[in-house]
Amino acid sequence: MQHKLVRLIGLVVLATLVLAACRPATPAATQPPQQAPTEVGETATAVPPTEHKVVITWWHISTAEEHKALWQKFADEYMAAHPNVEIQITVLENEAFKSKMTTVMQSGNPPDIFQSWGGGVMIEYAKAGLLKDITADLDADGGAWRSTFSPGALGVYAYQGRNYGVPWDMGMVGFWYNKALFAQAGIETPPTTWSEFLEDVRKLKAAGITPIALGAGDKWPAMFYYAYLAVRIGGQEAFDKAYSRQGSFADEPFVEAGRKLQELIALQPFQDGFLGATYGDQATLMGNGKAAMELMGQWAPAVEKDNSPDKQGIGDNLGWFPFPMVEGGAGDPNDAFGGGNGFAIGKNAPPEAIDFVKYLTSVDCQVQLAKINVALPVVKGAEVGISDPLLLAVQQGAAKAKYFQLYYDQALPPAVGSVVNDSVQALFAGTMTPEEVAQAIEDSFAQEMK
Amino acid sequence: MENSVEERKETLSASPRRASLVLTVALFLLPAFILFAAFVVYPMLQSLYYSLFNWKGFGPAVDFVGLGNYQRILTDRAFMKALGNALIIVVLSLTLQLPLSLAMALMVGRDLPGRRFFRTIFFMPYVFSEVITAIMWMGLFNPDPDRGLFNAFLVLLGLKPQAWLGDPHQVLGCIFVVLTWKYFGFHMLLYMAGLQNIPQEIEEAALIDGANGRQLITHIVLPLLGGTIRTSVYLSVLGALQQFGVIWVMTRGGPVNASDVMATYMYRYSFIRFWLGYGSAVAFVMLLISLVFSLAYLRLVRQQDYLGGGY
Repeated sequence: MQHKLVRLIGLVVLATLVLAACRPATPAATQPPQQAPTEVGETATAVPPTEHKVVITWWHISTAEEHKALWQKFADEYMAAHPNVEIQITVLENEAFKSKMTTVMQSGNPPDIFQSWGGGVMIEYAKAGLLKDITADLDADGGAWRSTFSPGALGVYAYQGRNYGVPWDMGMVGFWYNKALFAQAGIETPPTTWSEFLEDVRKLKAAGITPIALGAGDKWPAMFYYAYLAVRIGGQEAFDKAYSRQGSFADEPFVEAGRKLQELIALQPFQDGFLGATYGDQATLMGNGKAAMELMGQWAPAVEKDNSPDKQGIGDNLGWFPFPMVEGGAGDPNDAFGGGNGFAIGKNAPPEAIDFVKYLTSVDCQVQLAKINVALPVVKGAEVGISDPLLLAVQQGAAKAKYFQLYYDQALPPAVGSVVNDSVQALFAGTMTPEEVAQAIEDSFAQEMK
Repeated sequence: MENSVEERKETLSASPRRASLVLTVALFLLPAFILFAAFVVYPMLQSLYYSLFNWKGFGPAVDFVGLGNYQRILTDRAFMKALGNALIIVVLSLTLQLPLSLAMALMVGRDLPGRRFFRTIFFMPYVFSEVITAIMWMGLFNPDPDRGLFNAFLVLLGLKPQAWLGDPHQVLGCIFVVLTWKYFGFHMLLYMAGLQNIPQEIEEAALIDGANGRQLITHIVLPLLGGTIRTSVYLSVLGALQQFGVIWVMTRGGPVNASDVMATYMYRYSFIRFWLGYGSAVAFVMLLISLVFSLAYLRLVRQQDYLGGGY
């Protein structure tokens, strides 16, 4: 809650700044966007342009000063190297971006390059024919561009084997743990399997330590457990089958995920009153060293520090390990669950736009992004920009993943995401069975896909 | 003869005057009516229209489902739970919150030392916004004894700390405490105003006749406060039926619908699941419930207030 409030205030301030900063750029953005690019773009493919400039429109939501400046620098560099290209940047605040996207998408005029989180929303755009298929560009020269990406992260921007965008940041959810408390409970190495994990939870409990901090009142932190178990047990196949309607979200793997979660819940590993707690409470418990671990994304250390009295969190005692493998599960232990940021390519984008995005996702640019701590790079070799060893571990985890499961609330339609959250909370409260949870999700998905 | 002519003249000239009066009234009402129509009537009709569709809020509503949304509402267990919770809050408000407000009003309405101070203190929660109230009480209810005041006390007394908002059986009670804390000051103010309207002489006469303090309250004060009590009951019920802010901020209706009320249910379906057609139907059901209550209450209970039967 506190986190959200701070973010809200920040966004309002940023929005005013952006509005003020954007003023000179606005006339350019309101010009009919598709005319110039398409016309010139077509000629550009045939003959090198002499006097016509290729205009690329680029909408991003990186309003933080340092980040915005870096994007501008990349654009300036590219324009300097390609004098025939003009890149028009529109910086939008997150919510403003979303509402503006709805309008331009309804009018059928997407920008050439724009912020995307992949998954469900991007798929809707792709289905409506509003995005450019860049599969061929990724595969050109023997897949030279494609091979630079970690495959899981790239897959988030693909639909039915075709690519419509590329990632520039990708993190994943994993367990953040307190090494001192683990040692106190006699646990030497973090668990790698679900049974080891449950065993460690028992050990922590026996040592009088709260094993897990959880803000189940906010629902989504609790959903992570269910979603990750489904990823481990069903793997990509189960999700893809359910999503493409060849299978169902009530299939065995999704029910089994609920059963495995019940095994954990039965141990009562969470702090008292976890059903009413917020994510802020969860981070506070971790930051104050009062719980041994939490399942959270790459932002966890920063939020823990923020919620601790000395703003240092638990310092060097913080460790990270990936979600344990479930014995007999169909998923690969390297499969990851999480999300990040990327750019989608609008249907009218000139070839230069794709070339520019290629530049944006070059190792050099990715390292610079990582250095200012605004992204966990997705391109091989760019991890040298990350200085924090824990974030490096997260980045490596995400990079290793062949199958990357996007957050359920981004991968699935909003109504289904909400049903998943509500039902999983009921599972934690003991008012729904695993079968009922899976069936509720399936019913909702079936209705949305109707 | 002359007389009747005079009368005829008057009735004749009365009708144009009457017409111009009507026109004047209509013109004065027009601005308010336009605003009312544009911002109240039109959205209500629009929401009624959308409630007949399966509509996600994007583009025009095309998937007509007739009364399907209403059928779903009436068979949805979660909605029934929300309705039940709203009724529990209504009953608790009437049986606990209002008597408490009245007792407070009787206390601070008298010549007690420091009554001005207490009057201000008691009224203050009503001035706070619902969000501030909710966040403040979330802190008090925090289950961690190091952070939450209530559990800190329990631990100090050697008792077991409670989950409060995290316990489906306790959460509604906790919410009710917060609502009472926030709104009793308002009702207290109503009662104090009502008490001031009771003529001093009646109380004095009763005292001279030998009435004791209790008799004074049950036979003089309460009957004479009738009109105020009826108003306060009316406002309290409508407020409880439409409660949203405190609950949404504190629990989002959770854990697992345990503190859900109609408005939080409507918000969740409309703006988290983006079922705006269904959400509109819920809003309309809420409107109907409030409207039926209002009409019935005005007709059956408050009519005497308007007929001048007062008190």
